Amino acid sequence: MLETYTYPKFAYVPSAEQAEGRVVRHPVVVIGAGPIGLTAALDFGRRGIATVVLDDNDTVSIGSRAVCYAKRPLEIWDRLGCAAPMVAKGVSWKVGKVFFENDLRYTFDLLPEADHQMPAMINLQQYYLEEYMIAECGKLANVDLRWKHKVISLRQEPDHVVLTVETPDGVFTMEADWVVACDGANSDTRKMVGAEFTGQFFQDRFLIADVVMKADFPTERWFWFDPPFHRGQSTLLHKQSDDVWRIDFQLGWEADPVEEKKPERVIPRLKAMLGEATEFELEWVSIYQFACRRIDDFRHGRVLFAGDAAHQVSPFGARGANTGVQDIDNLGWKLKLVMEGAAPEALIDTYDEERAFAADDNLRQSTRSTDFITPKSEMSRRFRNAVLELAADHPFARPLVNSGRLSTPTPYVASSLNTPDEDAFEGRMVPGTNCADAPVEVNGRADWLLHHLGDGFTVLTFGPAPAKTVTSGAIVAKVASIGEDLVDARGLVAERYDGRPGTTYLIRPDQHVVARWRVFDAGRIARAIARACAAPGAQS
Amino acid sequence: MNLNLQPNIPDPDGFYQELIDSQRDMSDAEAQMMNCRLILVLANHIGDREVLRAALKVAGGRVDHA
Repeated sequence: MLETYTYPKFAYVPSAEQAEGRVVRHPVVVIGAGPIGLTAALDFGRRGIATVVLDDNDTVSIGSRAVCYAKRPLEIWDRLGCAAPMVAKGVSWKVGKVFFENDLRYTFDLLPEADHQMPAMINLQQYYLEEYMIAECGKLANVDLRWKHKVISLRQEPDHVVLTVETPDGVFTMEADWVVACDGANSDTRKMVGAEFTGQFFQDRFLIADVVMKADFPTERWFWFDPPFHRGQSTLLHKQSDDVWRIDFQLGWEADPVEEKKPERVIPRLKAMLGEATEFELEWVSIYQFACRRIDDFRHGRVLFAGDAAHQVSPFGARGANTGVQDIDNLGWKLKLVMEGAAPEALIDTYDEERAFAADDNLRQSTRSTDFITPKSEMSRRFRNAVLELAADHPFARPLVNSGRLSTPTPYVASSLNTPDEDAFEGRMVPGTNCADAPVEVNGRADWLLHHLGDGFTVLTFGPAPAKTVTSGAIVAKVASIGEDLVDARGLVAERYDGRPGTTYLIRPDQHVVARWRVFDAGRIARAIARACAAPGAQS
Repeated sequence: MNLNLQPNIPDPDGFYQELIDSQRDMSDAEAQMMNCRLILVLANHIGDREVLRAALKVAGGRVDHA
């Protein structure tokens, strides 16, 4: 097989604590250096939490694996300083085409709203993504990435966790105030704490192939239902960088996963699809089956679960890694405030409240896509095909076509941290929603709104700021004036936030709206901050 | 709007004949495909989720949240 990518090998470095036989208590240990564990390292490190990351391997993801990254994770990675190389290397796309049998039936356009810094979606091999994040971790003195460190057992104490870790130098013991498990769908950590991981298994198998070719397919997502080159099943084509194309073939439940991975089986399938004349090379092949399931609780004592370790979805819609990154976005600031004593431990429980809510939304979306793509009965297959037939001529049927609903954030509309609206507002920015980006000017220079949110709590007020800060207990929120600090030259902040003179938003450190008013009232802002930190008595 | 379960089709015998005739030359498989298309076309015309849910129930379907 061809290789367009040279896998880096990260050196195993013996730790001083293991060499000296000392048991060290770390503030946070992250298990797993995949996209979610690395996001955790960057988020926690930037928030000032010394973080150790343990990974049992010593390189990046083998094969392209997660491929599509959505706008919100890119915004999070931008906050963490590593989105620029991802966007530069990745392939931006917004058009999807759906084929049924021989014909194009439906074209969609993600129609991203103009004037956002980040694109709607990029495709990028997971190994590049991880490489960029590992490079960024190297810039943070308080992030300690440890390769060839495998957690083999875990014991929970009331206020810490004891980990037994195996390295090439043997076995040693570490302690952590908090453990964040990002060790994937087959999480050993989940088994160690005895968590339930339940849901629906789908009796189907998919073949994924990374193919290197100079092809003139446009940069679009192409999805085929029952195409002539792969009868009775579905196929997905996506462009990645370096002329690598990702092709997924649905195989059905009877397929033999060992046989189907062999190049002599894969290449004829690709030739049937691409034509005999197309020159290509296989780079990576994998077979997977999938499930839609989630953990019973994202928090088990002092162990917190994120990413696939906490929830597994079907791949249609790119809801796996994208959701996991948002888990960390939600968790980092809460951990920080609890660790420094600025918020009660109850704030950590809202990590489960908010992210289980999002996971359930993702699972629902993903299950619906799967039911459309792999119908469970002959009758549901007829309905599916009827939708596809009607979609070509009749607009009404097009919204029913479901080849995967692409990942968008789930607003925490029911969160106990929100202060419900008392004043009337138009638009999308209800409490619990991630902040819309918009162009602003700072000191006469073009900038983006999101660059000014996320470093602690922020009060955003339209018009002159009556104060520089608002204090609530141990929390000091900075006040940013739209008009003075951030100039809304094109009026898009006002438009997206329904901003009028006096309109004031309280923004969480993860760039989510948590309260808003038509007037700046420091007392109400302080109470909303307390509530957003799960302070006792702040719910009333 | 409530699901109308009172007679609402003018010339019921004529409609019924038209329905049967529309599938006269079809195999069972073809007719089942047509039924699926027909259900989707009519469901879109009705549009009202409450009415559609009530119809699913009246037809003997399983309705989880009604």
